[in-house]
Amino acid sequence: MFGRSLWVFHANSGGCNGCDIEVLNVLTPYYDAERFGIKLVGSPRHADVMLCQGPAMRSTAKALQRAYEAMPAPKLVFAIGSCACGGGLWFDSYTVLGPVEKLIPVNFYIPGCPPRPEAILYGVAVALGLVDKKTAPVRFKQLELPIPRYHPGDLRGQDEMVVYEKLEKV
Amino acid sequence: MTLPYPAQAQPVPERFRGRPIFDAAKCIGCAGCANNCPAREILVYDVCQEIRILKYLGRRCTYCGRCADVCPEKAITMSHEFENATDSIGDLQQSIELFMSTCQRCGRCFKEPSPLEQLKLKGYRLDDLGNERWVYRSKAYLDEEAAADDVRIELDE
Repeated sequence: MFGRSLWVFHANSGGCNGCDIEVLNVLTPYYDAERFGIKLVGSPRHADVMLCQGPAMRSTAKALQRAYEAMPAPKLVFAIGSCACGGGLWFDSYTVLGPVEKLIPVNFYIPGCPPRPEAILYGVAVALGLVDKKTAPVRFKQLELPIPRYHPGDLRGQDEMVVYEKLEKV
Repeated sequence: MTLPYPAQAQPVPERFRGRPIFDAAKCIGCAGCANNCPAREILVYDVCQEIRILKYLGRRCTYCGRCADVCPEKAITMSHEFENATDSIGDLQQSIELFMSTCQRCGRCFKEPSPLEQLKLKGYRLDDLGNERWVYRSKAYLDEEAAADDVRIELDE
């Protein structure tokens, strides 16, 4: 979708500046995101990628949506940090609407509070197709119940006790 | 000098808290982690009388480590995984399905190798498992008032 370099626009919609510091850290020569062609631009009209930090908040919701609409058409949105991914610690506060995907579509999620600069670089590398993502949902399921399943309709009353009549191994 | 990061793995500090890992073999389903999570990120579903599902969503987790602190069985470890970037947020979920026994007195669930179950194994039991019949409840106990005020016992009448 994108030929060479990604120009990023840095949109903070009400975060605590922790993720901003880590993003700026990624752009320093030590981590050097410019070797992937990443450059920070000051206007959403020049940008290919929007880096969202902070939750979707009531006061900045319109501004965030307008900044998203101002970006030219092939565009990516990164949600960086726990606030942007899921609403953060104050997700149920009256000023916080929730994750930024309630306002704008999000393509990549980088969780962490704040994410390490390496984690942000990893997310960029996943987006560019340099590495594969490592996370997968983990499910632990019980395959069979060790006791018979009972249904309340099959209970039979005997003098003092209520006894389950129909035995069914699941 | 620039860090050659995605090409070369980068170690984290010793006390770094990454993604929490839930060990289903150790978990007793006490839901202490769910009660202590500041982001309300660990959810507990009692889908039926025997199965409790512990679900970690992972999206707004701040990796504070309180769940690992409060876990009585040390079933949660804060791992060193930080490369969690993904394109679908459901990849961060972990869910554990636990089989729970039902307490004959209060109707609540507990996992089997617990002190109550050890008492049951020593002979303190009310049901007759010898006849392969599962005794649902004893009316001698349950028609009276509950043992605690917050315990709501579901009667099927």
